[in-house]
Amino acid sequence: MKEAVITVNKLTKKFGDFIATNEVTFEVDKGEIFGFLGANGAGKTTAMRMLCGLSMPSSGSATVAGFDVYKQTEKIKQNIGYMSQKFSLYEDLTVTENIRFYAGIYGMARPAIKEKTAQLLNQLNLTPEANTLVKALPLGWKQKLAFSVAIFHEPKIVFLDEPTGGVDPITRREFWNLIYQAAERGITIFVTTHYMDEAEYCNRVSIMVDGKIEALDTPRNLKKTYNAKSMDEVFLQLARGAKRSDD
Amino acid sequence: MKQLSFLLEKEFRQVFRNPAILRSVLIMPIIQLLIFPFAANYEVKNVLLSIVDHDHSSYSQKFISKITASGYFILTDYSPSYNKAMESIESDKSDLVIEIPKNFEKDLVKENKSSMLLAVNAVNGAKANLGGAYAANIIRDFNQEIRLDWMTFPAFNAIPTIEITSSNWYNPTMNYKDFMVPGILVTLLTMIGTFLTSLNIVQEKESGTIEQVNVSPISKTTFILGKLIPFWIMGLITLTIGLLIARLFYQIVPVGNISLIYLFAMVFLLALLGIGLLISTYAETQTQATFVGFFVMMVFMLLGGLYTSIDSMPEWAKWITKVNPVAYFIEVMRMIVLKGSGFADIKYHLLSVLGLAVVFNTWAILNYHKRS
Repeated sequence: MKEAVITVNKLTKKFGDFIATNEVTFEVDKGEIFGFLGANGAGKTTAMRMLCGLSMPSSGSATVAGFDVYKQTEKIKQNIGYMSQKFSLYEDLTVTENIRFYAGIYGMARPAIKEKTAQLLNQLNLTPEANTLVKALPLGWKQKLAFSVAIFHEPKIVFLDEPTGGVDPITRREFWNLIYQAAERGITIFVTTHYMDEAEYCNRVSIMVDGKIEALDTPRNLKKTYNAKSMDEVFLQLARGAKRSDD
Repeated sequence: MKQLSFLLEKEFRQVFRNPAILRSVLIMPIIQLLIFPFAANYEVKNVLLSIVDHDHSSYSQKFISKITASGYFILTDYSPSYNKAMESIESDKSDLVIEIPKNFEKDLVKENKSSMLLAVNAVNGAKANLGGAYAANIIRDFNQEIRLDWMTFPAFNAIPTIEITSSNWYNPTMNYKDFMVPGILVTLLTMIGTFLTSLNIVQEKESGTIEQVNVSPISKTTFILGKLIPFWIMGLITLTIGLLIARLFYQIVPVGNISLIYLFAMVFLLALLGIGLLISTYAETQTQATFVGFFVMMVFMLLGGLYTSIDSMPEWAKWITKVNPVAYFIEVMRMIVLKGSGFADIKYHLLSVLGLAVVFNTWAILNYHKRS
């Protein structure tokens, strides 16, 4: 039973003459881990920001969790979680205070927050650090915490923008375990990454080149189509033709 | 509204964890109010005086001792010629030259009139103005004295004179501290209102946390209220500290109703927070916000009537003061503190600032976008 939670049709974003995202079209199914790949500057973040209601599309259409990205952004926001490229917890608040704040602005009640915070800290082995300021935590812990905060209010979809940038391989492994656990609970994962081993973990992968989606399929099919041994090779074949670089 | 409590909780925790903000809210007003009123002084003292006495008579001596005894002047130079005296002005050794002509005494006694030349170095305008006025006053006084000497028993008064006595209402001793302290208090509130708010929000832009808030379903009005209320409260705390210092150190007890000051401050802070918010919606970095904030502050201060009187400004500048909340508050502060004005007297000011608060905040809210 496939049920699309994100539908995107010819979605475009222009900044003046520059077309950051050029008529991209795709669908993401419920409970899927959808990998959104592309070189720096390919337009991934822009596309993601439009879907999250942070950026106004120039043209095209899209719905997220059944709501329109032009008119119903506030409805969309109730149903999604977002973890930006930039680390976005408050460094001068403690672990617990960060969780409480973000849960609070999503409208959760204080007793529910309290209960769930204890559970989460236990699960992340962060209970001893509950009252530590976030700036004192190692980067890997911060990223895991940021992800947990992004899905704390049980959104239907979570958008992750390069969540594992700069994180060591062991922590990345643990991070992906958290992603799998979330997916098992039925949360749809929309993730951008530069790590091709991570692309292998995704159910389906799209590869963007110069603002357009050049390929979209399961990692296995992509490797077959491009006659490649790994996702790395697939990516290199596609991205080699890219003219843009850097964000 | 439930979300607002989470925002406020977070904002207050951050403030109490940030020693720099606490310092600017608590310590800054104490230091400024204890130091500035003594230094930023309206009185002109220590005017450097150069005298050219061509007469060397008893009258000229009498005049010189009178002017040096006044306490406003320091006799630095006793030049033989006017040109020499001008040299000392050029080399900044004196501010004022008084030239007493030859036959000063003779003319005065025989012809019943004489003249004197007063030359002022106007590079420092305020000092020159007041120094010149003081000197002119002393000369007039001197003139009167010698006339009284001569006419002890006038058959009839040959020179009809109009005596001017002035009394300084509302600030009887012309104590400039009574005048400056309320004004400085207003500038402090202005700083808190514009800088703390704009820097706080722009800092969230820089760190990226604002995006995390923008992607949540929180409404922008709630978010903005969550940002304004803490700084509004902090402004009122600063005001309280300031009024206490004014009372303890300067014995300035507002003649009028103190709750009226608070009422006005509440509305005033709303306007200033609106400006801070507005700056933050345009600025992308804290550097930009600081520069714009400083520019706005300078305009508000210089056209606010703290240092110079608004009444003597040109028409166009007076119009600018109409949209300057600081000008209203400085005036109201002085009206309530010194004169004891009531609600009816400040009604117009209050409504004007309320209007400005609505304009600035609406503008800021319209310009704040959760989506780019």
